[in-house]
Amino acid sequence: MTATTASMSSMLEGRRNRARRRQMVMTILLAMIAALFLLTLMLGQSFTPPAELARVLIGEDVPGVSFSVWQLRLPRAVLGMLTGLCFGFGGAAFQVMLRNPLASPDIIGINLGASAAAVFAIVVLQWNGPLVSVLAVLAGIAVALAIYGLSFRNGVAGSRIILVGIGVAAMLESFIAYTLTQAPSWNLQEAIRWLSGSLNSAQLSQAVPVLVALVVFGGLLLSRSRDLDTLTLGDDTAAGLGTDVAQTRIIVMVAAVGLISVATAIVGPVSFAAFLSGSIAARLLAGNGSVLVPAALVGAALVLLSDYVGQFLLPSRYPVGVVTGALGAPYLIFLIVRLNRTGGSL
Amino acid sequence: MSARSLRVSGLSAGYGETEILRGLELAVPPGRITVIVGANACGKSTLLRTMSRLISPHQGHVLLDGKSIHRMPSRQLAQTMGLLPQSPIAPEGITVADLVSRGRHPHQRLFSSWTAKDDEAVASALAATKTAQLANRTMDELSGGQRQRVWIAMALAQQTEILLLDEPTTFLDISHQIEVLDLLVDLNQVRSTTIVMVLHDLNLAARYADHLLAMASGRLHIAGSPEDVLTEETVRTIFGLQSRIITDPISGRPIMLPIGRHRTEGDNA
Ligand SMILES: Nc1ncnc2c1ncn2[C@@H]1O[C@H](COP(=O)(O)OP(=O)(O)OP(=O)(O)O)[C@@H](O)[C@H]1O
Ligand SMILES: [Mg+2]
Repeated sequence: MTATTASMSSMLEGRRNRARRRQMVMTILLAMIAALFLLTLMLGQSFTPPAELARVLIGEDVPGVSFSVWQLRLPRAVLGMLTGLCFGFGGAAFQVMLRNPLASPDIIGINLGASAAAVFAIVVLQWNGPLVSVLAVLAGIAVALAIYGLSFRNGVAGSRIILVGIGVAAMLESFIAYTLTQAPSWNLQEAIRWLSGSLNSAQLSQAVPVLVALVVFGGLLLSRSRDLDTLTLGDDTAAGLGTDVAQTRIIVMVAAVGLISVATAIVGPVSFAAFLSGSIAARLLAGNGSVLVPAALVGAALVLLSDYVGQFLLPSRYPVGVVTGALGAPYLIFLIVRLNRTGGSL
Repeated sequence: MSARSLRVSGLSAGYGETEILRGLELAVPPGRITVIVGANACGKSTLLRTMSRLISPHQGHVLLDGKSIHRMPSRQLAQTMGLLPQSPIAPEGITVADLVSRGRHPHQRLFSSWTAKDDEAVASALAATKTAQLANRTMDELSGGQRQRVWIAMALAQQTEILLLDEPTTFLDISHQIEVLDLLVDLNQVRSTTIVMVLHDLNLAARYADHLLAMASGRLHIAGSPEDVLTEETVRTIFGLQSRIITDPISGRPIMLPIGRHRTEGDNA
């Protein structure tokens, strides 16, 4: 009995420490997002002091400043943050579900599926607005289902999904590139947005569909996050713990694809944003509870930071996707090398 | 106390089109220890997977108190029946205490919080498996045997009336094997937990089973008391192996001595 009490207190102590650490990680991430958000609003080509910024935001007209804040900086900050949340959230859901950091939607072609549909809708069908988002979500789901179907052989293995997905991604990328060359008003800005992601044409009104996606699909994901966490113990264990494995997979997949596709329909398939966010969050937490929300926060911070770096801290201006791509590629190589060395399967 | 009846009737199941279990019929005596033996790939793990609803049957049913488990809510089933699979996966960096806490999953609602009852279940599972002193270590830092005991602790924390275990003694040295099997007997005697486990060691199976099931290619070959099941005939049909059965002086149960091509009396090679 005393042994049980002693072990109980050490267990509780350990849990308190881990909860504190998790809390700290979340707090730091939130602070970073707030800081980057303000930085994007205040410091562009010119510096806007906080007092002036506050006046602009409550609706006062400050010549020269109002325009750049409302039309340029605020849309960037808001959409960067919201789409970052979507990418991190959806990406981590995939990585957890398939128990593999490489099973991220931006690696297995889901972002590019949504992007291809958006390009097709805009260039060929000449659509715009929410219809484009809807089509992008449907295409994202279609690509996810296609990859799932192509990898299905007596159940789905994570590594088959990744290999099939990489192939599908390559095909979609060439489809996007080809469709863009057919565009009547073809320009490099647009091309880069749809191939690697950019916040350059962000508008405040676009925040609405992203917010809706976050509430609907994010809520759906959170409602399944406990079941999703049991999947990390293997399908057998999850089933033994009362998780409906097949149903959880489907719901999580639809929700994650929804988040990723809506964000992609607006800012493009920001390269490796999902992949990096999930992996970074997993590192920060080190097995300490569900990774979904922390990954969403990392995503928001990452997109805001990369966009800022791309705009102002490099010799010339680069869109956000080029910066995240440059960060993600070495990490991808590192991960593959490490998996190779430890003899782990993909 | 536990009087849950668990029965498998006309069960055919497998992976995709491939049928592994073919018209399997068996009954698990409530409140007893049932051990399943059989050659590699005969379908033991597939049977446990079907019993925990990971696989849906092509035909037939798994019946808990007469009701098909495939029509029950998964969570409700998991409050009654737990499973320790053959090769569970520990997520990177997870601590022992966190892993064992996962055993409480079926007892939690969506937004319900962790209760003192959950803590007690986890602490007593850690104590029973002698893993309490490992509670704040991560799984990667443990030996294979320690890890196995932690997995058993997770299954215990689930506090189910029926516990299915797929080769719970893999990775354990002989003294830990006996310790785990004794622990399961304690659980069976103290909480009347119905235990169904797969074991590869026929002698330990015969010693610890109240009821022994021998499977061969997806069917039940023979079921009954260890004396009735562990015979030279059974060993020959199931494993294609010659053997001699003697009586274990320790337990009075049958014990199987394999007869290979070499190292028998008169073999001078
Ligand atoms: N996920 C799977 N997909 C397809 N076939 C499978 C799968 N798992 C097992 N099998 C096949 O089903 C058959 C029975 O496997 P099962 O794991 O049930 O055997 P087992 O009796 O538990 O064997 P062991 O003693 O080696 O654990 C084998 O032929 C195996 O190849
Ligand atoms: Mg097996």
